[in-house]
Amino acid sequence: MEEVRIGIYICHCGKNIAGVINPKRIVEHLSRLPNVVVAKEYLYMCSSPGQSLIEEDIKEYNLNRIIVAACSPRMHEPTFQSALIRAGLNPYLLEMVNIREHATWVHERDPAETEQKVIGLIRAAVHRAINLYPLEVERLPVVKSVLVVGGGIAGIRASLDLAKAGYKVYLVEKNQSIGGKMAQLDKTFPTLDCSQCILTPMMVDVSNNPNIILQTYSVVEEINGRPGEFEVKVRQKARYVDWDACTGCGTCVEKCPARVPSEFDEGLGTRKAIYFDFPQAIPRRPVIDPDHCLYLIKGVCRVCEKFCPTGAIKFEDEDQFLTLKVGAIVVATGYQLYDMRKMYEYGYGKYRNVITGMQLERLSSANGPTSGRITTIEIERGKIKPGKEPETVAIILCAGSRDENHIKYCCRIGCMAGLKHAYYIAHALPNSKIIICYTDIRAFGKGFEEFYQRIRSLPNVFMVRGRPMEIFENKDGSLILDVFDSNTNRRLTINADLVVLETALVPPQGFEEFRKILKISCDPGGFGLELHPKLKPVETTVDGIYLAGFIQGPKDIPDTVAHAGAAAAAASAFLAKGYIESIPYLAHVDEDICSGCGVCVSVCPYDAITIEVTDGRRLAKVNSVKCKGCGACAAACPSGAMQQHYFTDKQILSEVSALAEGVVA
Amino acid sequence: MSEFQPKIVVFACNWCSYAGIDLAGSSRLEYPPNLSVVRVMCSSRVSIEMILKALERGADGVLVTGCHPGDCHYITGNYNTLRRYHLLRKMLEDLGLNGRVRLEWISASEGERFAQVAKEFVEEIKKLGPLIIREEVV
Repeated sequence: MEEVRIGIYICHCGKNIAGVINPKRIVEHLSRLPNVVVAKEYLYMCSSPGQSLIEEDIKEYNLNRIIVAACSPRMHEPTFQSALIRAGLNPYLLEMVNIREHATWVHERDPAETEQKVIGLIRAAVHRAINLYPLEVERLPVVKSVLVVGGGIAGIRASLDLAKAGYKVYLVEKNQSIGGKMAQLDKTFPTLDCSQCILTPMMVDVSNNPNIILQTYSVVEEINGRPGEFEVKVRQKARYVDWDACTGCGTCVEKCPARVPSEFDEGLGTRKAIYFDFPQAIPRRPVIDPDHCLYLIKGVCRVCEKFCPTGAIKFEDEDQFLTLKVGAIVVATGYQLYDMRKMYEYGYGKYRNVITGMQLERLSSANGPTSGRITTIEIERGKIKPGKEPETVAIILCAGSRDENHIKYCCRIGCMAGLKHAYYIAHALPNSKIIICYTDIRAFGKGFEEFYQRIRSLPNVFMVRGRPMEIFENKDGSLILDVFDSNTNRRLTINADLVVLETALVPPQGFEEFRKILKISCDPGGFGLELHPKLKPVETTVDGIYLAGFIQGPKDIPDTVAHAGAAAAAASAFLAKGYIESIPYLAHVDEDICSGCGVCVSVCPYDAITIEVTDGRRLAKVNSVKCKGCGACAAACPSGAMQQHYFTDKQILSEVSALAEGVVA
Repeated sequence: MSEFQPKIVVFACNWCSYAGIDLAGSSRLEYPPNLSVVRVMCSSRVSIEMILKALERGADGVLVTGCHPGDCHYITGNYNTLRRYHLLRKMLEDLGLNGRVRLEWISASEGERFAQVAKEFVEEIKKLGPLIIREEVV
């Protein structure tokens, strides 16, 4: 067997490591360890001279194992693997020791102990490195198509970018139409562009793009396969309309007698049981809501069928399942409003004139329930109808956000949305009085501060720094707010005809389950977790799966669009070269030892192991395409026949033993 | 005499817990230096032999960390870990090694939680005192 010759390289990482421990002193200690030929320290190992140092030493000292004690392998393992490859060494003969994240950054107050820990970690790495051996990776083909989940502005932008780059895109949207939350908005801050005017042309582009297959009213149920070749099972909900036969004339919608609160109008208006999400819906093909269609629930009506000129109504329609093969997935599922009924002190859902910011958007929109008139809300025989023009409107920022009892994080939108809503009211009702109850005004974006100054200098806009403690309702439906203004140090009682809550924003319903199908992590707020908060904002722990827009964390429209573009670029880069490299850390069997007991088969999550009879002997066989390299089989194997490359029993046990022994001579 | 400083071996899965421990690092959340981390791809790779080997060779405690149930990068890997842990706990009781091995779910965003668990576990092991295994037991 070839003699093991180890080179150890300790990174100072500027002061990040060397500010706590003394790399020079550690180097002296290390030269006494077995098989260590050379040990060095350098200011920045990841720098070009740092990497060259390793490459030159590999040649000069004929090294065949490299240990780099620096940051997390999740950061720079690929960097140093490349250095090994350039010097002609197999990249899996590298062992990284995480002395920054796991030592100097967390034990700063205890430098002597930290130094001992670092020596212990490096010593364990030496024992592990002795047992490393070269590994080969295979090139696996990729499918040049992408699944985009969610048809809001993030999904639309990502789809268009990917289609432009030549990829086939499947855009899956759960609602009848694409457009998402942006379609519900009247105007966008801080420029006050008409939201639909800038969104609908992009929606039309999506429907006209030959590379984009639009799959609305559908949800992703299952994802199998591997990065580069995912197999996605999509459920297309029963539409009860044959979209191929339908021309989108809308006669059915007009004739349908059933009225249902409209989701698009946030419950303030109604839609029919057969409906488009909104007038500019894309695709312009209606669906029947089976929970409210008179024929489907009571067996009478069929008016839509009678009036449909093309015979497209299909009451016998059922859910359909499609299987898509895609190389990458962009997750753009957006957000939803926090359920404000949970903040009982504001009386949302109980007091009719306490509404959400999104409901105000619908009141202000020309295609909304009041055709753009901002009014109070009346309820007549259980039905919502517009009331009078409000004289005083209170806008409450951070409703549910930045609140220990509700949602801890900042929604990043509420401040500007609240100012925009003040503009809507001031513009539509110049004689009204608008009171904005704020906590802090966060005007960080381009043009935001200017917008804030513009709105707060309007003569009928008043700023109160405080969150209302409670809201009470008068008999006439108007409201009384009890708020402490910390600017004037006074407790105020505000009378308002309408209260607008700028609500907290949370991941959409069902994302927790969907995230588990994707096998990606989440942050404490429940949003999808990016691979690195600064440097890999769209990547996830799964190769080939990218986050776009709000689902990675709160974002306004410009940030969402930029993030979605970045996700599309990352997905495109992942697929562009036409192949990916296989995982090297797969399971393999020592056939001389295997008894064919099959314990490995029972623990494998991927059915990658089978027991086969060869020459009368039962042996485990690993399917290297199905194996994902978890190592469960290797841990379960009673004889040690099943092993995982790069994580063999011998490699792990030598590392564990050395760590347990601690720093001994 | 200086205070007993236990040696603790931590097994961490690459996708959740190792990332969570890294996050504790980049967030500069202090915890005692008694713990050393061994990276594996999945907590289900950690065999009973590895845990016992650590205790045999001088570790005073072993902390196994993995993704939360339902969050495993390898679908059901951590369920194998959990089953194995229950089996091991019974065995450890018989050996008189109660409390020396702990299983914790640490997600990639739970740096704070890891630092907390690390502090707690070090204190617990300090209370238990050094682990001395006589030759005949080994």
